Formats: sequence, structure tokens, C-alpha cells
Amino acid sequence: MTTDSTRLHAPAPFIDRAPQPSGILAPNTFMKTLGAVCFVTALVLPFISATPYLISILTSAFIYIVLAMGLNVVVGYAGLLDLGYIAFMAVGAYTSGILTTRFGFSMLETIPFVVVACIIAGVIIGGPTLRLRTDYLAIVTLGFGEIVRITANNLTVTGGPTGIHGIPTWSFFGWSFADGVTIGGLYFNSKILFYYFVLVVGVGGAVVAAARLGKGKMGRAWKSIRDDEDVSEAMGINGYRTKLMAYVIGAIWGGFAGTLMGAHLTAISPNSFLFLYSALVLMAVVLGGMASTPGVIIGALFVSLAPEFLREFSEWRFLLFGLLLVVTMVFRPKGIWPENAVLPFLKKRQVPAHEPVGATGPVAEPEEAS
Amino acid sequence: MSQLIWNGLFVGSFYALIALGYSMVYGIIKLLNFAHGDIYMLGAFFSFVVLGGMSGLLGIGSIPVLLLVMLIAMLFTGFMGVFIERVAYRPLRGSPRLSVLITAVGVSFTLEYAVRQIFGPNPEVFPIRLSGTPITILGARITLPQVVLMIVAALLMFGLQRYIMHTREGRAMRAIALDQTASLLMGVNVNKVISRTFFIGSALAGAAGVMAAAYYGSIDFLMGFVIGLKAFTAAVIGGIGNIYGAMLGGLVLGLLESFGTHLFGGEWRDVFAFGFLILFLTFRPTGILGERVTERV
Repeated sequence: MTTDSTRLHAPAPFIDRAPQPSGILAPNTFMKTLGAVCFVTALVLPFISATPYLISILTSAFIYIVLAMGLNVVVGYAGLLDLGYIAFMAVGAYTSGILTTRFGFSMLETIPFVVVACIIAGVIIGGPTLRLRTDYLAIVTLGFGEIVRITANNLTVTGGPTGIHGIPTWSFFGWSFADGVTIGGLYFNSKILFYYFVLVVGVGGAVVAAARLGKGKMGRAWKSIRDDEDVSEAMGINGYRTKLMAYVIGAIWGGFAGTLMGAHLTAISPNSFLFLYSALVLMAVVLGGMASTPGVIIGALFVSLAPEFLREFSEWRFLLFGLLLVVTMVFRPKGIWPENAVLPFLKKRQVPAHEPVGATGPVAEPEEAS
Repeated sequence: MSQLIWNGLFVGSFYALIALGYSMVYGIIKLLNFAHGDIYMLGAFFSFVVLGGMSGLLGIGSIPVLLLVMLIAMLFTGFMGVFIERVAYRPLRGSPRLSVLITAVGVSFTLEYAVRQIFGPNPEVFPIRLSGTPITILGARITLPQVVLMIVAALLMFGLQRYIMHTREGRAMRAIALDQTASLLMGVNVNKVISRTFFIGSALAGAAGVMAAAYYGSIDFLMGFVIGLKAFTAAVIGGIGNIYGAMLGGLVLGLLESFGTHLFGGEWRDVFAFGFLILFLTFRPTGILGERVTERV
């Protein structure tokens, strides 16, 4: 007897549901195609213009996207406000920086240590506070961000206020990006190779992984905790463990972005991890749209690229970002690209025209407007 | 030893003043007002402007002038608090808590960088610098301004206590903290009381800002950030939502910091305070005076 026949099957649907739209204009297909097109555009971009400046700001922007996707897991999916997110980036950047410059590790070898350090940091902060009201977490993370920065400033192993210099770029089993590579007569220097690395592993890997996590079982648990903690606990979701998981996964993303940032800038100092930057990443998530992958990507690109393209505006940007945060929350709390938003020109599922067949009886009493 | 205790109590009385506003707002609408520390900063900057404009009129450097300026600054920050509540927090009264928290971060950011745009990023020198010849009492060096500032802080807190516990308006505040809907049904004007709470809390923070500016002699646009965190720590240590708790928590945090600095060195001062915050939240999240609050669904 196969296990299949012992399984309970869902009863056949009461009414026939309209089929999902298909073709290029179906929302799912369209978004995937759009994502692929953007990715390919980013891939060919260095062939069109490869000025060091452009490559450098784009690399930073991609690292911001990774950061924002990590924070999105915490803020967007699980609904926990983390105001010291940059601290995990600091943990990642310092762990990899110290291991590479003082102990001669390669960047790839530091990754397990970074992950472990971020998990420990996440559990230390999340462990005690996630049992409490979630707004305590906000202020504790703010304090944690300061603790990490001040600690980095005061210890000798982190280089004190001057930080760590000469962080090597990524290398794999003896071959480093610094060596460069020549393919078909085209020479790729280390900056461009690093750009591709961040694009493929960071944006292609980390972003897709975070987005898919949000759709899976864990992601649905996060969202239900966010929407109503008491109800989801009554449904059998362990609220504490689910929130801690979101927090730790966010921490790992932050740490990974930190190793990328360290390799990109080649030097880190405590001043790279001010509260200001935590707030900027938060703005990327909030302005773009919490829990919405395209929104977060747009937000991260906006926050990181706007000061580069609008030079005069860069003095005012923090004031404007602060105002934008308030205005967004008051007038458009779901952000530029809300979660589950569908572009207007895409096909929608056709709702059948006939009268809905309503079930009668006590289960289908009309809901009282509360 | 007695010097450490004195320093702790002195700094603690500032923390207590700011923590009161935090605690009152939190007690009434369950909002962590991140902008509270920046109200403190606004108080300092506003009095800086007023002193700059009036120095010819009043003469400078005396404690009565400072107290007058402090009163004006308290009015200003109080109205600022009411304005912020009206513009940023009231439209979101029914929204999820996360939205309101994010708005509070936005307000804090806006205030900080607006002041930075006006006054520039560098610290300004405050025109009044209170310093006096220290007197030694029981081995602690105490200056006259320190005593005056502590008395002012104590008077403000005493007045607040009388107001909340012994007046009609205070009773309305306590009623809203207990049950907002029920007090609405009993005829309390909830919006008005919340505005008043913001006014009082912000005025106290503004007073603390003026006093700190006059005592330390320099102000900058980020001065409210760390102190806001510390005040929150103080409120948690004392038991958030409880006005006696905020006062006690401020003094306890001041003492802890004073001894911690003595033991570990000044550069670890903030780490020490936030470490205490995390310890308290782990082992006694309700604080010293707080009672266990059950959250209703």
C-alpha cells in the first residue's frame, strides 16, 4: 500500500475557479522576465561604460540592495523594527577584516566565521528582547548599534578609531580578483570582477534567496506573526522562535553585506557604522515598500544613488529622507511599490460573471462591520 | 566615593527629567517617541538663539536670566511637541505600531537634520557657561550651579507629580493610560489630553536641554540622540509608564554610570548604560517599580 492512498485529500472545489492568466502579461511571468531583463542589463553594463566611478557606485548600490533585503526580512516580513541593523554589517565587516588582515584568511574562508558571529550577535540581542513587546526591540537594537560602534572604537584588535586598512578583495583557493582575468581578448580588472561577483552572488543569490524565504513556510509564518501575533500563536506558530529566526537571518544577510562592503572599500572604521546608515537602510525598505522585493530594490537604489546623481541635493538629503519617512508613513504607508501590488496593465484573473454560490448556515454569517 | 554619588545624582536628575516625558507618552499612547531626545536638543538650540538675540537686553551669565530663558524654551519645546503629535502621530493613531515607530524615527531624523542645516554640523558654544568655585561637602566637590540645577529639576518633578496625582487633568491622563476607550465614553477629551501630555513631556525635555547646555557649554545637533537612549534606559529601569519610576530610574542610571565610569573608564560609559538596559529587559522587564502588565488582545 502506498502512502499516497492513506493521505487525506482536499475536497474538490465547490465552484470552478478561473484559471491563472498566462502569457507574458501574467503578473508572475512578467515580474520574473522584468527581473531577468534588469539583471542582464546590469551584466552588460560594464561593456557599455566601465568608468571606475560608475562601477564603484553601482557596486555600493548592489551592496545596499543586499542589506535592504536582509533588513526587509526583519522589518517587512516579521514586522520587527531594527534600528541598529548596520551593527550586523559591522560585525561582518570587522570579523572578515580582522581574519584577513591579521590571520591571513581569504575572504571565502571567513564566511563561516562571519555567519557564526552574526548568529551569536543576533541571538544575544534578539534572545532577551523578542519575548517582550516588539517596540522594546527597536530601542534595544538602537543601543546595540551604539555598543558595537563604541566597542570597535575602543578595542585595539579592531584598530580603534582608525579602523582596519588594506582589506583584500575576495579570493578563491589561491586565485584572487586582484589578479584580473582575460577572456576573449577583454581584460577584466579586479573592480569589474568584484562588480560581477556582487551582482551575481549578492543581488542574484542573496536577494532571490530572501525573496523566496518570504514566500515559503517560514515566510508565511513571519507574515502572520506580523499581522497578528496572538492569532498566529493560536494557530500553532511559535511566535518567539519565528521572530528570532527572522532576526538571525536578517543578521546573516547584514554580515554578508558587511564582508562585501569591507572588500569593496578596502578599509573600515567605526564611523562607517553610525546610526545614520541604519536609518538609511530602514528608509530604503520603508520608502520602497515593506515586504515587497521590487519595492525594496527600488528603495535601496534610490537611497544609495540619489546623492550621487543630485550633487546639490546631497547636503539636504538626510532632512529630505526624514521628511519622506514621515510623509510616506502618513500618506502611503505601504511604500512606493506595495507588497502584492500588480502593475495596472497586467492581466488579472477573470472573475466569473455568475452569481457567487454562497454557502448558507452558521459558517457563513455576514461579518459584522467592526 | 561621595564624589561619585554626587556626580551620579546630578547627571541622573537630567536623565530623570527626560525620562519623565518618555514615560508619560508611553504610558498614555504606548508610543516610543524617538524624537524625544531631539526635543531636548531643540530646547538647547532655541535658548541659544534667544540668548543670542537678547544678550544686550538682559546681560548674560546670571542664573535668573537662565531660568527666564528656560521658561521661554519650555514653552517653545512644549508647543513643538504638540505640533509634532498633531502632524505626525495623530494621523497614525489607529495604524499598526510599526508605522508609528517608523514615523517617530522619521521625525527624529527631520529635527536633527533641520537643525544641522540651520546651524551647521559643528558644535556651537553656549553663551552662558555656569561654573562656580566648588565647595567640598563630605569629600564631594559641589558647585553652586549644580545645586541650583538640581533644585530646579526637583521642583519641576515635584510640580509634575502634584499635577498628575492631584488635579482633574492629571486624573484624565491616568484614566487614558488605563483605558482610552472607556475614558472617551466617560467624557474625557482624549485628543486634548494627549496633546497636553506631549506639551508637558516636551517642555520638561526642553528644560533639561537648556540646563545641560548651560552646564556643559556646547551644543550640537546630535546631542539628543544618546541622551534619548539613556532616558529610555532610565524609564525602563524605573518601570516605564510610571512617573515615580522614571525619576528613580534616572537617578539609578546616573549612579550606575558614575560608578561604571569609575571602574571601566569613560570611553565605556555608554556601553555600560546600554548593557544595563539589555540586562534589565532580560531579567526584570517591568523595571524596579513597574507591575506586571498583562497585554490585552
